[in-house]
Amino acid sequence: MKVKVGAFLGGAVFGIGLAIAGMTQPSKIIGFFDFFGDYDPSLAFVMLGAILVYTPVYRWAIRTWQRPIWAPAFSLPTRKDIDGRLIAGSAIFGVGWGLGGYCPGPALTSVGAGSREAFTFGAAMLLGVGAYQLFTRIREGRTGRPADAQAAAMIDG
Amino acid sequence: MTNMESFTPIASTIGGLLIGIAAAGLLLFHGRIAGISGIAGGIFRREPGDISWRVMFVVGLLAAGFGWHLFFPQDYAVGIDRSTVALVVAGLMVGIGTQLGSGCTSGHGVCGIGRLSKRSTVATVSFMITAALTVFVVNEVLGGSI
Repeated sequence: MKVKVGAFLGGAVFGIGLAIAGMTQPSKIIGFFDFFGDYDPSLAFVMLGAILVYTPVYRWAIRTWQRPIWAPAFSLPTRKDIDGRLIAGSAIFGVGWGLGGYCPGPALTSVGAGSREAFTFGAAMLLGVGAYQLFTRIREGRTGRPADAQAAAMIDG
Repeated sequence: MTNMESFTPIASTIGGLLIGIAAAGLLLFHGRIAGISGIAGGIFRREPGDISWRVMFVVGLLAAGFGWHLFFPQDYAVGIDRSTVALVVAGLMVGIGTQLGSGCTSGHGVCGIGRLSKRSTVATVSFMITAALTVFVVNEVLGGSI
């Protein structure tokens, strides 16, 4: 129960942070990349603000904590290699981000806000996520081993 | 021209700090990376015992949007001209791209860079470059509407 309530609160604080930061307004995302128009550096301040909190907490936790409060162990990414999938997948994501002005977090929380555009984008996004995961499961079922070692073990985020 | 009329340094920093607090909380309490695409992708993987916290995190995101828009509906203004087809194509690319690249702005851009991960730094540079190129094409070549 507390794990679920905690996750709910985490999502809620994250969503409110996105709204205050202006990240639920696609025009501000596009503004960050629009070097030839009315430039809006806000996105950089959001990322820096978040990293400013996250990095010291992360470094303190992995050095001094045996385990997280509600789980038997930390579930952290283990891969270190740079592969084509990482770069190509991120490149595809970037095109979609620049096209729609939403990344996954702002899209989902804007669906809660009743945005029709976010709903259209978000439904297609979840279809893409679901199709990819289904495809991965089918491949795993056929070969009898994880086709996607990354997904089976631990992904980056 | 760059007159920065929509720049919101203080609000964006405060919002960023809140995102950092939420991500730090998920790490300390759940031992998890607060990457939205990873959290959502895990729901579809349907690993026993690994679904409910993910669903509740997404429900929290949705509830925040619902509650916040009652008081500040302008925070969800779209402000750009995109057709339904463009939004669907964009959504599909974000969905597939984040799963293939195993992360998005939160997982790679905030948590990954925050962990000083080389993979996440490369991923972030990759999606930032293609996003900028896409915005250039949409705004400068297609006239800002697609």
